[in-house]
Amino acid sequence: MNRRPVFLITVLCFGFAFFYIPILSMIVYSFNASRLATVWGGFSTKWYVSLMSNRQVIEALMLSLKIALVSATIATILGTMTGITLARFGKFRGRMLFTGLVTAPLIMPEVITGISSLIFFILMADWIGWPGSRGFTTITLAHITFSMVFVSTIVQARMLQADRAIEEAAMDLGSRPWQVLFDVTLPVISPAILSGWLLAFTISLDDVVITSFTTGPGATTLPLLIWSKVKLGVTPDINALATLMVLTVGMGVVVAGIVMNRAEARRRADERMAYRSND
Amino acid sequence: MLARLSRWFDRRGWADILIGAPYLWLLIFFLLPFLIVAAMSLGTKTPTAPPISFGGEYPLLNWDSYARVLGDGLYLRAFLTSLANAGLAMVLCLLIGYPMALGLCRVSNGWRNILLMLVILPFWTSFLLRVYAWMGLMGRNSWFNRLLTDSWNLLVPVDWAVKSVPMMNTNFAVVLVMVYTYLPFMILPLYASLERLDPTLDEAAMDLGSRPFQVFRDVTLPQSVPGIVAGGMLVFIPAAGELVIPTLVGDASSPMIGRLISDEFSAARNWPMASAVAVVLLLIMVVPTMIYSHYQAKAEGSK
Repeated sequence: MNRRPVFLITVLCFGFAFFYIPILSMIVYSFNASRLATVWGGFSTKWYVSLMSNRQVIEALMLSLKIALVSATIATILGTMTGITLARFGKFRGRMLFTGLVTAPLIMPEVITGISSLIFFILMADWIGWPGSRGFTTITLAHITFSMVFVSTIVQARMLQADRAIEEAAMDLGSRPWQVLFDVTLPVISPAILSGWLLAFTISLDDVVITSFTTGPGATTLPLLIWSKVKLGVTPDINALATLMVLTVGMGVVVAGIVMNRAEARRRADERMAYRSND
Repeated sequence: MLARLSRWFDRRGWADILIGAPYLWLLIFFLLPFLIVAAMSLGTKTPTAPPISFGGEYPLLNWDSYARVLGDGLYLRAFLTSLANAGLAMVLCLLIGYPMALGLCRVSNGWRNILLMLVILPFWTSFLLRVYAWMGLMGRNSWFNRLLTDSWNLLVPVDWAVKSVPMMNTNFAVVLVMVYTYLPFMILPLYASLERLDPTLDEAAMDLGSRPFQVFRDVTLPQSVPGIVAGGMLVFIPAAGELVIPTLVGDASSPMIGRLISDEFSAARNWPMASAVAVVLLLIMVVPTMIYSHYQAKAEGSK
């Protein structure tokens, strides 16, 4: 096709304008001097200054990071186990149910997951006295449950692409099954595990609905803090907070993308070298 | 003893642990809570804590809540609103996302990587903040609303002039923000299925005398059906149960089902009702999920 696809390029331009104009507008208005969030009243950085001294925001951020770190790590361990199981173990008793359990959280509306977790925690506290109060622990448990299936999807996809011959070779050379797992399988799928962890981390950091149901008195994560303020309308300090969050995550993703691209290119170059030296 | 344990671990214990740990986790923290919800939907609301009881002659055969879901217009309207909003968002995402995905296949390699990153980037940034960004644009005094108002007033007769365009707290706002937040879910599977297509097929069709639109209709479109279905379901399923968007920008007088469940549960403290609505919503969701997994299985089979 030698005709330039003018129509498609135009749609792309409009599409990306649609994606980014709201975010850019939010960033611009975070420097608004006026207290009225949508009327321009001159340039100012005062909302950022007041944000820096806002203890509530900093505490909420810390709690969110703590929950995201713990839940992403446990979710990655459980999700990796799930992905390996589904990709390698073929048929085992209860596989049907297991596959269902791994798929269901992906399509379950968040509000239902949230309510069922809350009812579960309330009844458990009633029956066996645990959990004593809702907060960090209950939020983290709920986050692990719905983010582990995302990790599992990524790991399973990577496992299905991976070359089984290497694992079989290790077995033939006398490795025990769990040694194969730790020495061969896990290193091979480590990029997938890392992206799984990153995904679980961002899912946890971003979640509002399930957190709002599983939280208790005193445990306010950053999204919950924003949620409670945003329900009342648009304010300039939320604009500033949003700008900081969007820029941090944006830069993180761009840097991670560049690093991953480079690592991938280096790996390909190494593979080529290895094949060439075999000839 | 230790030797036997070690032998068990080598032979099958490691595999049992690998399967068992996540299995047990999902049984306890996912299946069990959901079964409890399903049981709750057959209970009766009481002013105790927890606010539910199972009474009567047949405690687990109390279908009152389900009768209300089907009989009370409020719930039916909420279901219809949800399905209509999610369906509309899905169609709009397809209409915008398809040409964008096709465009991504046609730009040079360097541009493509940058643009793909730009599609994925919003997905990593906070969902809540993306909804919030639109609240800033849609409000009465925002530059965007004034821009729309001024262009409207310029185009229509004086009698139809408006002070501002009513956008916030309407179903229109809900659909718009849904399209905005879920568009990447449509573009990425579409791009994945379009990228695999063989460009020589297009050329063959051109050589045989097809015009560009015919090539698109007869060659490109039929081959991208799995991508369309995958993208469509990835938009429709979360959109139908959405809670954040309708709460922030939606019309409170015609709530979507997600908001209704949350209100029944938290504000009305009516656990049986919230549970029954949730179960019905899930039953409805089974249909698009089946369609999705059917096409996924087909796509995997053809690889």
